[in-house]
Order: sequence, then structure tokens, then C-alpha cells
Amino acid sequence: MPKSLFDKVWDRHVVTAETRERPATLFIDLHLIHEVTTPQAFTVLRERGLKVRRPDLTLATIDHSTPTLLNADGTRPYVSVQAEKQVDLLLANTAEHGITTHGWDSPYRGIVHVMGPELGATQPGMTIVCGDSHTATHGAFGALAFGIGTTQVGHVLASQCILMRKPKSMCVHVDGELADGVSAKDVILAIIAKIGVGGGTGHVIEYRGSCFENMNMSERMTVCNMSIEAGARAGMIAPDATTVAYFEDKVMAPVNLEQAAADWLSLASDPDCRYDKKVHLNAADIKPMVTYGTHPGMAMPIDGLVPDDDAQALAYMDMQAGAAIAGTKVDRVFIGSCTNSRIEDFRTAAKILAGKTVADSVTAVFVPGSEQVKTAAEAEGLHDIFLAAGVQWREPGCSMCIGMNGDIGKPGDLIVSTSNRNFEGRQGPGVRTVLASPATAAASAIAGVITDARNLSKRGLS
Amino acid sequence: MSFAPFKTLSAPTLVLTTQNIDTDQIIPARFLTTTSRKGLGKLAFHDWRYDEEGNMSDHPLNSDAAKACQILVAGHNFGCGSSREHAPWALMDYGFRAVISSEIADIFHANALKNGFLPIVIETSAHEWLLDHPGADVTIDLEKCEVRLPKNGGIYPFKIDPFSRHCLLQGQDELDYLLGQDEVISAHEAKHV
Repeated sequence: MPKSLFDKVWDRHVVTAETRERPATLFIDLHLIHEVTTPQAFTVLRERGLKVRRPDLTLATIDHSTPTLLNADGTRPYVSVQAEKQVDLLLANTAEHGITTHGWDSPYRGIVHVMGPELGATQPGMTIVCGDSHTATHGAFGALAFGIGTTQVGHVLASQCILMRKPKSMCVHVDGELADGVSAKDVILAIIAKIGVGGGTGHVIEYRGSCFENMNMSERMTVCNMSIEAGARAGMIAPDATTVAYFEDKVMAPVNLEQAAADWLSLASDPDCRYDKKVHLNAADIKPMVTYGTHPGMAMPIDGLVPDDDAQALAYMDMQAGAAIAGTKVDRVFIGSCTNSRIEDFRTAAKILAGKTVADSVTAVFVPGSEQVKTAAEAEGLHDIFLAAGVQWREPGCSMCIGMNGDIGKPGDLIVSTSNRNFEGRQGPGVRTVLASPATAAASAIAGVITDARNLSKRGLS
Repeated sequence: MSFAPFKTLSAPTLVLTTQNIDTDQIIPARFLTTTSRKGLGKLAFHDWRYDEEGNMSDHPLNSDAAKACQILVAGHNFGCGSSREHAPWALMDYGFRAVISSEIADIFHANALKNGFLPIVIETSAHEWLLDHPGADVTIDLEKCEVRLPKNGGIYPFKIDPFSRHCLLQGQDELDYLLGQDEVISAHEAKHV
């Protein structure tokens, strides 16, 4: 029977097959961990006298509760004593169990889903889990990667396996060329708007078609990252020459890349393989997208009118049905998060911001996804463009995507954000989030209102 | 970690009709710096229950009647968003033992089961009836996998993974089962170095 990419990766990792009575036992190749969803799992290990089965397949960093500013004396302004304790506990737990950790002194520290691929730890054909729903990001490499809760983090630490029934499969096919100024973020927002915030529940998505084949790895990660915002635990893209080339300069890449590549390329879905669900979009129809409501499925083209949708959501967002969304006043702009904090995202923003300044009424915060991204951006002089424009250029971390470290807005603020969730209060109590691409975020920072980057020059701002 | 066995539960419902209730509503991210799983009930739906000064609102979750409600009935697609297990921990510590909806997000669903908290997806007609009747006395029977509505309102079956059902009925966690597979896991490791 022809197999899909998902079938092939799943089958390789089945330790005990699924039956009516019990789920499959699935072996995990890479367990990424961070400070927020692990403390209670390590407590269980301690209580039961268990060891970490495979510290060599476990990789840790600190990203969620970490400050993105530095005090003048070099200390870090944690939002609370508890946040600092949580970070210290991760460092203590991983030291105790012999787990490689990219902490404060590592040149590789970063958002867990930016760091894994950058190191080359994330590889095609792997099963990857992390106590974080955006683990879907790693599916860009043709890995089966998904978020798990803390109990399962404990299971993986103790057994390197999880118990799971095989999810259904869904094919999202996007063919054709994207118009100028339309990015990977716009593609995934258009997909979520089409299938709905629960449209992928119970499924693993495979993204297929020339639209994804034409994307670089950074763009593919942006797409797979938000699979969970359509309810799908995982999203995958078949490895190809672009995938293989990504590993040429990665520290944890296979020693024999050519040999590994032959195996990776064999993972692509067989012709005529079966999917439980199929969806088609035309790339040419996709416009720059923004959200207008309180979940990522409430997304619309930036040149459109706010739909007459859920009244509660529109009231929270202070949006009027029938009004143009472009031109809405913006208080803050955030470029960062595991969705859009890689070097390519900052290059896009720098191109738009070069020689311009952020509107007086806007606070713009840019947070690189990792130390490596920060170093690369600074080597290219991108930070000079940002600082000259009046942008705050911070230390790597999750920052304002989740606001756990205190990087939040004020009640009522409207934030144009390159992150992945616009839930009520996500970026601070009462804060209104508009999800957008880095280009839209940068253009909106300059104009002080939600702005289509393609129209900047027309507005006399160039 | 084991938990109290779940066999049958008869209790009044608390109804939240909102669709797509995400994990940031169930427990806001700023409370996730905790390193314990205990005492999160006071933070459940925090921003719905308290204003910015910390004053309690008149939300049904703050009512005296809510204290007896061990069954949460919620709008379509409950628990979407993050993988935080703090969400079921908070709901359980608040006093709930089960949630009924017409759709429940995958990761929340998995996390709930691992804590002895029963997520039930029920057919639309029963879901609509429950949404319209807050405080209804409902019985959940895990042995028979059915939800019984009051006053002969009907009996509705629900599906649950047989293994999870077994664990819930016994109050058993899955870790022992996994640890018992040590040999086959080692064999897999040896084959895939």
C-alpha cells in the first residue's frame, strides 16, 4: 500500500503496535525541554526513583520565563522570584540528569523551536516531542513533531517513549506562485482561516504543492509552526534538496550527510497515498493576512473589510464589522516568537525599516529567536537599522508571544505581532493582538496604523 | 502518579457556552512560572473571574452554586491552544472532574486523561441541550460509556480510548505500563542506533 510521509515516519518508530485495547508505544528520537513544562515531570522522576533513560536524546534550553533585557550591572530583570527559580530549577534538573543544556552561557541558547533546527538536532524522519504545542515547527524537516503535556514529558524522560494512537492524516495542497509581498505567514493564516481553528483536530497535516517546495526552511518552519492553530498536533513537509542543503553548516548534522540525505529523500509520500482529508488552495489567491478576532482562524486579507463575525470577539478587539482593517491604530509592534524570529524575518523587516523611523505613538520590540540569530543579524548590521528607527532590539526568548517574562502590553493596547496566538489576554490582560507577517508588522510600526507593506510607498512614507 | 478512580459521577453542570475556549482562558500564561501542580484552582479562568484590580466578578464560576458543579459543559472546540497541563490541573483543583463538549482539542484531551479528568465529546443534540440547561443534574457512567441527562432526557453514548478508560476506572497512571516495556524498548534502540 502506498505510504505517506507521515505513515513512513510513524512506522519506523513503533515499538509496540496499536491494538483495540492499547495505543501504540512510539519511540522518540529527540526530546526538547524547557523550564515551564518540566519541573513537575522531574519531581515525578525523583519521587519514583527513576533516571532519565536517554539523556543523549534530550536537549534543554531556557526561553519562556527568561528576561529579554539586561540590567546595567549585567544581572537579569526577572519578572518575579518564581520565574527566576523556575529557570534555575531547569538548570539544576538537567545538570543532575546529565542533559545537554543551552543556558545563559551558550552561544546556541534560544527559543526551543528555533534552536533545535539551527543546531541540526532536528532532522528529517525523526520523532520529536516537547512540552510545547509549537513543536509542530520541526515538521518542516519531514520530522513527526508534536507538543505533549507534562505527564508525557515524564514518560519520555523515563522511557523515551509515548503511548499514542495514530492520528488521522490531512493533506493541505497549495500550488502556484505567491504574489510579491506575500509571505509564508500569510499562507498559513490563509490556511487556518479556510479550515478553521479546529479543522485539523485529530489529524497530522502534510503540506504539499509547489508553494511549499519553493519555500526556504525558515518559511517552511513558519508554516508548520502554526499547524496547531488549526487544531492539528503536527504538520509536515517532505524533505528535498532544500532540506538537505540546510544541514551543510549545522554543528549536529550527520557526519555523512550524503548517506543521510539518501534516506531522508526516500521519506517523501508515495504517489497515490491516502489521506483522510484533503484541502486545496491556490497560492496566487493569497494576500497579506491579518487577524481581526480572538483566535488565529479569524484571519482576513489586509485590504478587506472586517467580517460580521462573533460579536464577543469583535467587541474585545474593538473592531467594527464592515470597516477596513487597514488604518486601525497600532500601539505596539512585536517581531519575534518561534513563528517569525529567524534571520530571514529580520532581513525582511530591515528592508522595510531602512532609513525610516517607528511612529512616535508606537513601541516596537524585536526579539531574535536565538543567540545565533542575534549574532547573525548584528553581523549584517540589521540591528543598526532597527536602533536608528527607534526599535528596541532585545535578548533572545519567547518574550511577548506568551508574556511569561513580563514582556506584555497595557490593557487596551493593540499589538501587531508576528507570533502565533491572538487569544484574549495572551499578550497581557486586555491586550488586543493582531497576528501578521514581519513585513506587515514593520510597515505598521512606521505608519502607526495597520499597513499593507506593499502600499508604504503609495502612502508617501518612502 | 496515580489518581482517584473514575467510575460514575452524578453532579450538576456548570455551563460556559463560549466556543473555542483556549488554554490561555483556562489558565493565563503568566501563572505558569509555578513549579508545582498543586493549588491552581484559584487561577482557573482567572481573567474571567477577576478584574484588573483583583476584584471578583459576578461570573457564574464565582457563584456559590458553582462549588457543587463537578461537570463542566463548554462550547465547541474546548481546550484549544497550548500544551500546558496546568489547564486540566487548574480545572481539577477548582472542583471539576469532567468536561463535556462537541469537540475537544487534542493535546488538552490527552493531558486531561492522564490526570483522571474525563473529556467527553458528545453528539450535537445532547450538547445543545446541556448548553441550554445550566445546573442540570447529569450522570456520567464510565463503565457503560454513557451520559444520562435528567428527567428521562435521554442516554447518550460517548467514545473513549479503551486503554484510557481502563486507567481511569482503576485510577492507574500509564507510566508503569511504559516502564514494563523496557525490553522491547531496548530491542528497538538496539535496532535503530
